[in-house]
Amino acid sequence: MTEHDRPVTEDELHAYVDGELPDDRMAAMLAWLASHPDDAATVAAWRAQADSIRARYGAVAHEPVPARLQLDRILADAQPRGRRFLGMAAAAVFAAFVVGGGVGWMAHGATASKPSGFEAITADALEAYRLYVVEVRHPVEVPGTEQAHLRQWLSKRVGYELSIPDLSSLGLKLVGGRLLPGPTGAAAFYMYEGPSGERYTIYCAKAAAQETALRFKGGERDATIAWVDDKVGYVVSGPSDRDKLETVAKNVYDQVDKGGAKKS
Amino acid sequence: MATFRQEVEATIPALRRFARALTRDAETADDLVQDTLVRALRSEHLFHGGELRTWMYTILANLNRNRLRSLARRPVMVPVDDGDAAVDATEGARDIERALATLVDEQRDALLLVVLEGLSYREVAEIQGVPIGTVMSRLARARQQLKSFLEGGRPALRRVK
Repeated sequence: MTEHDRPVTEDELHAYVDGELPDDRMAAMLAWLASHPDDAATVAAWRAQADSIRARYGAVAHEPVPARLQLDRILADAQPRGRRFLGMAAAAVFAAFVVGGGVGWMAHGATASKPSGFEAITADALEAYRLYVVEVRHPVEVPGTEQAHLRQWLSKRVGYELSIPDLSSLGLKLVGGRLLPGPTGAAAFYMYEGPSGERYTIYCAKAAAQETALRFKGGERDATIAWVDDKVGYVVSGPSDRDKLETVAKNVYDQVDKGGAKKS
Repeated sequence: MATFRQEVEATIPALRRFARALTRDAETADDLVQDTLVRALRSEHLFHGGELRTWMYTILANLNRNRLRSLARRPVMVPVDDGDAAVDATEGARDIERALATLVDEQRDALLLVVLEGLSYREVAEIQGVPIGTVMSRLARARQQLKSFLEGGRPALRRVK
């Protein structure tokens, strides 16, 4: 069978409408449409949809760009906000040291009635992921550039030595971290970001169990992999791509396993 | 440095168009574009070359997905007669808006990137992080859904009135 004779597929109909049909299939396509009125009608309907979409939204690109989207404005906004943010972060760190015990105790009391344990940790971690992953300007309390400080601060607050995994080999950069109330005390929370804005978070909290296997829990939009190692629960959350999440979790697992309690 | 900024700037009109079609609301769309620009300028060091335009669309699509996810978790008040009250949109324009609203997110993204933004299947595959075959099946499902909505949906809605 030559290129010309091969029957036209539905994928090719789409490719034809979208200008992606290879030249050597063009003649076959035109002949096919001439003799298959149903497919010709489908192609016409798809084209009409595309025309309506372009007619409805095409002109937006010709509107003048509003002032708040001018890059000068955005950069000017970002500077003072960044500085203010650093100030706030410093204040928050200071407050955390001073009132530490009290807050920890209150958090403990407030959550004492909740079902604690593995399920609660995973649920809290996913909740935190969903809450902070959408934050563009203030996703973390301490930025990743102050990693040493972040590790010290969080280790002190959660009451055991933490290590912050380096995921740069996977293209994930540390955005920073924050302290959260966990099911049975404070929890540490780190956020990482990939080149196109995809975010992964690691949540660590004390767990009742000694050790568990890695468990995957997937949703439509996000997923978690959780485990307990040496009475510390770890929950890695991210977009629902399971392979990628497993790679990230495996990396985290290897690094906390090695680094964890022994480190400094 | 200057060229990165200029390149980012050049994508703004197209990003606004894409965001408007995604959100169907001018305010929300510009919020999304603003967040995309903040993110892009802040993450210049994360941009590993390649095509900037595709990268910007990827950021915007990710942010929109995050936005929808956070919306899904709290109730949103929507005026019951939103479309009918608008006098500036013609019947046809409202039809296509409503039809797009019925699509699954990933399918709407794929269709708009191809049809409205004129991207190639390969570029859309890169943006969505899936094989080209998946992009094509998303396109096919989107077109099928629009077709049945536009052919059957409206009369059905009218009959209810």
